[in-house]
Amino acid sequence: MTTTTTTAAPAAVAQEGHRVRRRRGLAPGRRLPAARLTGPAVLVALWAAASAAGQLDPGAIPAPWTVLRTAGRLWTAGTLPTDILTSLERAAYGFAIGLTAGVLLALASGLSRVGEALIDGTVQLNRAIPTLGLIPLFILWLGIGETFKIAIIAIVVYIPIYLNTHAALSGIDSRYVELAEVQGLSRLQFVRQIVVPGALPGFFVGLRLGVTGSWLGLVVLEQINATSGLGYMMFQAQNYGQSDVILVGLLVYGVFGLVSDSAVRLVERRVLSWRRTLSS
Amino acid sequence: MAPHTEQLTRPAVRIRGLTRSFEGRTVLDGIDLDIPAGQFVALLGHSGSGKSTLLRAVAGLDHNVTGSGRLTAPERVSVVFQDSRLLPWRRVLDNVLLGTGGEEKGRAALAEVGLKGRERAWPGELSGGEAQRAALARSLVREPELLLADEPFGALDALTRIRMHALLRELWKAHQPSVLLVTHDVDEAIVLADRVLMLDQGRIGLDLTIDRPHPRSYRDPLLGEYRERLLAALGVTEDAS
Repeated sequence: MTTTTTTAAPAAVAQEGHRVRRRRGLAPGRRLPAARLTGPAVLVALWAAASAAGQLDPGAIPAPWTVLRTAGRLWTAGTLPTDILTSLERAAYGFAIGLTAGVLLALASGLSRVGEALIDGTVQLNRAIPTLGLIPLFILWLGIGETFKIAIIAIVVYIPIYLNTHAALSGIDSRYVELAEVQGLSRLQFVRQIVVPGALPGFFVGLRLGVTGSWLGLVVLEQINATSGLGYMMFQAQNYGQSDVILVGLLVYGVFGLVSDSAVRLVERRVLSWRRTLSS
Repeated sequence: MAPHTEQLTRPAVRIRGLTRSFEGRTVLDGIDLDIPAGQFVALLGHSGSGKSTLLRAVAGLDHNVTGSGRLTAPERVSVVFQDSRLLPWRRVLDNVLLGTGGEEKGRAALAEVGLKGRERAWPGELSGGEAQRAALARSLVREPELLLADEPFGALDALTRIRMHALLRELWKAHQPSVLLVTHDVDEAIVLADRVLMLDQGRIGLDLTIDRPHPRSYRDPLLGEYRERLLAALGVTEDAS
């Protein structure tokens, strides 16, 4: 008798009502360790496996170890460090100018109606023109030296930063504006304590787009009358059929893109620690 | 009787012929109202009767609204909204101190509303009731002569609301500001306020002084009479049985 009751007990519970089934969770769940590196690592593994199996034409796609060996050779020869430094310098200058311009224009346009009337339409117009299409004109205006390259990178960077920051600024909740009025905040306090922190999430989206944009512009620009830089190195390699050198260039671009994006994300997470969203 | 009776001579809020209209629709139609210093006033009315419009006018928040009339209010006015309106990017203490300094005063205000120890919390970590307590602390810290509250407990659950009623009454007793509490809840009005105004078609239709000691119970039979009068004025008849 006792044995039957113990075995029957779960069935009795089940009969009393529907057993509660845990609902399907809709959040993506716990983050995998080193999640951002997993995809690239799988790609490299596939590449290495295919090369080792002899499935890839080494003239078109050399093996990963060939690329690394070439990178080492270029590094010791001294050309790779020079090229990287030149590229970094261009990207940094262009990025700094674009960042400053994007933020200042967004603030001017987001905080005053006159500024909006003057700036917003103009930037939208600028956005509609493919920036790389401006290269010929900029070469005519600024000469074919460094200046036009930095100017183009600055334009590539400032547009996403402006757009996202401006959208965030004009999207500030009007209830917070009312609160600021009630609390007697001055205009400067209002901007510093409500507008700027409220617009930061949008600014960071723009910043991440801008950072990768600066690298993107670089590839194209360094193929035009450059004597050093990663793009130049790759362009030369194309002339001599050195696909391994081209891959070294792409590798460096990729690493820089990933590192700079991660750096922005890190800062973002620190600054926006009050946000608890899907990513946390 | 009440500690504030001797101040009754000098009104804190003085409204004469206040008119407000939106797109040709008259919302406030010549309001005359005096609120003595230290009086706790509740403002009742149907939704859309102009309660919030009146409160926003007294708060000086009605920009781009057509209207006329004279209005005087004290210098230090605090407003509590229906939502706590805490800035999500500032910790609770920094929210309380928004627009003023004095960390110690902020801590004291938080302790007074029962949020001691939560100074460093983010607003996103607070419950609805806690957030509204923090909003009360933010309004207190400015030592208001007039406290305007626009349905401050409307979004809270019934239990939290009862606790908040007691808290608001305590705070009023300790700091003696004039209070104008906008609400659509008749019970809330008669349990809290010393005077209940009913806004009807842009005018003050009923001005009721509720002379019952505090703390009041919902079951007080005399309050039941007030409730019936107010509900009748609102056009709601309660079944007597």
